[in-house]
Amino acid sequence: MAASPIPREHRRAAFWFLLPALIMFTVYVIYPILQSFWISFHEWDGLTDTMEWVGLRNYEDLLFWDDDFWTAIINNVWWLIFYLLAPLFGLIMALFLNQTVRGIRIAKSLFFFPFVISQVVVGLVFSWFYDPSFGLLNEVVGFFGIPTISLLSSERWVTFAIIAAGLWPQTAYCMILYLTGLNNINPEQIEAARIDGAKRFKLYWHVIRPQLSPATFLAIVVTVIGALRSFDLVAIMTNGGPYGSSSVLAFKMYEEAIFNFRVGYGASIAVVLFLIMAVYITFFLTRMLQQERSGG
Amino acid sequence: MKIRLALATATVALLAASAAQAGTITFNSMASDPGPRSAMETLIEQFEAENPDITVELNTFDHEAYKTALRNWLTSSSPPDVVTWFAGERMNAFAGRGLFADVTDVWNDNGLFDVMSSSSSALAYEGEQYGVPYTYYQWGVYYRTDIFEENGIEVPETFDDLVAACGTLREAGIAPVTIGTKFLWTAAGWFDYLNLRTNGLEYHLGLMSGEIPYTDDGVRATMANWQRLIDAECYIDDHSAYSWQEAIPFLTQGEAAMYLIGNFITPFFPEDSMDNYGFFQFPIIDESVGIYEDAPIDTLHIPANAENQEDARRFLAFMSQANILTDMNEALNQLPPNSESQVPDNRFLEAGFEMLSAADGIAQFYDRDTDPEMARAGMEGFQEFMVNPDRLDDILERLDRTRQRIFR
Repeated sequence: MAASPIPREHRRAAFWFLLPALIMFTVYVIYPILQSFWISFHEWDGLTDTMEWVGLRNYEDLLFWDDDFWTAIINNVWWLIFYLLAPLFGLIMALFLNQTVRGIRIAKSLFFFPFVISQVVVGLVFSWFYDPSFGLLNEVVGFFGIPTISLLSSERWVTFAIIAAGLWPQTAYCMILYLTGLNNINPEQIEAARIDGAKRFKLYWHVIRPQLSPATFLAIVVTVIGALRSFDLVAIMTNGGPYGSSSVLAFKMYEEAIFNFRVGYGASIAVVLFLIMAVYITFFLTRMLQQERSGG
Repeated sequence: MKIRLALATATVALLAASAAQAGTITFNSMASDPGPRSAMETLIEQFEAENPDITVELNTFDHEAYKTALRNWLTSSSPPDVVTWFAGERMNAFAGRGLFADVTDVWNDNGLFDVMSSSSSALAYEGEQYGVPYTYYQWGVYYRTDIFEENGIEVPETFDDLVAACGTLREAGIAPVTIGTKFLWTAAGWFDYLNLRTNGLEYHLGLMSGEIPYTDDGVRATMANWQRLIDAECYIDDHSAYSWQEAIPFLTQGEAAMYLIGNFITPFFPEDSMDNYGFFQFPIIDESVGIYEDAPIDTLHIPANAENQEDARRFLAFMSQANILTDMNEALNQLPPNSESQVPDNRFLEAGFEMLSAADGIAQFYDRDTDPEMARAGMEGFQEFMVNPDRLDDILERLDRTRQRIFR
């Protein structure tokens, strides 16, 4: 960036323009974060006024005494890994839908439809789909002579079954991001590439993909954050079960704070989740800045 | 435009507030099944007819959602005036934090200590009463009489009989017992009964209050009995995928023959084949142990911050009258906690009433008798045990670590 000195009055104006946002950000984001850190050093039931200072004990309990915490972390890692299929599928669908045919608008909106549905409904639909006694899944595999499978009560498969449900709306979201990205592609460049003889995958890889990188960045960030705060589907589809094996950090935090009256402990889980997100976001922000500096 | 809108909402809010002062009580209820719900509505109409100066605003919520929401209401600055909840530890969790109002005066003014003596202790916290009971019900085994008959099975009186019945039913291609453990508590019903029948009430309550470790030999004996049921393949497959309601069709469609559950299941039995359903007491395991039963009490409470305490007390008094409780429990299909009320004319309830009257002692239920957090960990452990019985040692050790932390 060129180091042009900004006139003083401009800087002052900028301050006033930023002020409302800054106040909101401080009150509703920064302050709650600090408060969570503070609460996590206490034992507190969330109902009474007495908060007992326990130092790092909540973290000690969490890291060394709570097996469920590690189950939740591992599940979060699975979420992170497999949720990244959403940008990939989204891209494929966007490329497929990016045509000018009659009725393509309707097709696009139908593909986008899952994202509009509430997560609760998605969860319900998928739990019926998986239901071992009347679910569609078992009707289908039963047709091929495969014995009944009950994904939501198998500690091994339950997390993946929930992730699959989550991928449905998330893919739709990524698809929209890519569709807008594709709209912004300069047609002249494609034309030029065609004239130069680039086709299919080569055309995609060398001409289209670089221009989609802002969309990719956004899709990945949104997906990863979605994966880390996954909660609704777990709560609806399994309630963390069977015996806690599909729990994730966000769900465990809710469970401890709301049902077990351990708000301090819940806050310490929130802090861990926050740190994971912070590390990740810093990583991506620095990468993005580097890319911007080197001119994309 | 915006300002006018804001003014309008402010006026509405003010109006609502003044209306609240002129004798309105908000009543949040979790009686969301159709029968109980209409029972509540009918009684409220009756209450309003007798007390024309009070209007009751009823809000009904789904069970599981209600359990989450209640604590938020109680800590808010304008909680409802009357709420439904559970007796025992569940009540104590809120009474101990000063969130339920002391209603000992309602008990004294209406002579409730005489007519509700059997449930008074379940509603007492440190010597004061924090709510009134409005209904209770028995737990036990609901079964298909026709399936039992077809397979030549007698009602099991001993635990051995039950295990044998499981074997016979399995051979006939029928799942002996249906259960849905998705929300965990149904598994606790089995633990309660196995533990009560193996070790008795005193031991059970010692375990509930954290005095007895989960690694104790008594608990191990209970779990060994449970193991026998699992080995006999008593339970339906994939029970952790179902809620308790979702497990009912197995029974009604004849794929399963028994269900250990509370009496609230009976309205789900189809009218036209009602004769095919029966009830029996959980079988005896050890004859030297007294006979104890689970009989959870559902209750009404006034939040400590409630605005309209006075009218709420009148409502509680109304709801504890013998004839009102007769009517309500007739509709709820449960037992009235007032000794002057009539037990509804229903064979399941009559059997339950008889069983409970003869019992040597009554427990509330696992998640009402122990600390909420312990209950959650314990029930998760029971569910895990039912699926993976080989992990018993791990589970008990984990539960005991939780116990030590909670009751330290």
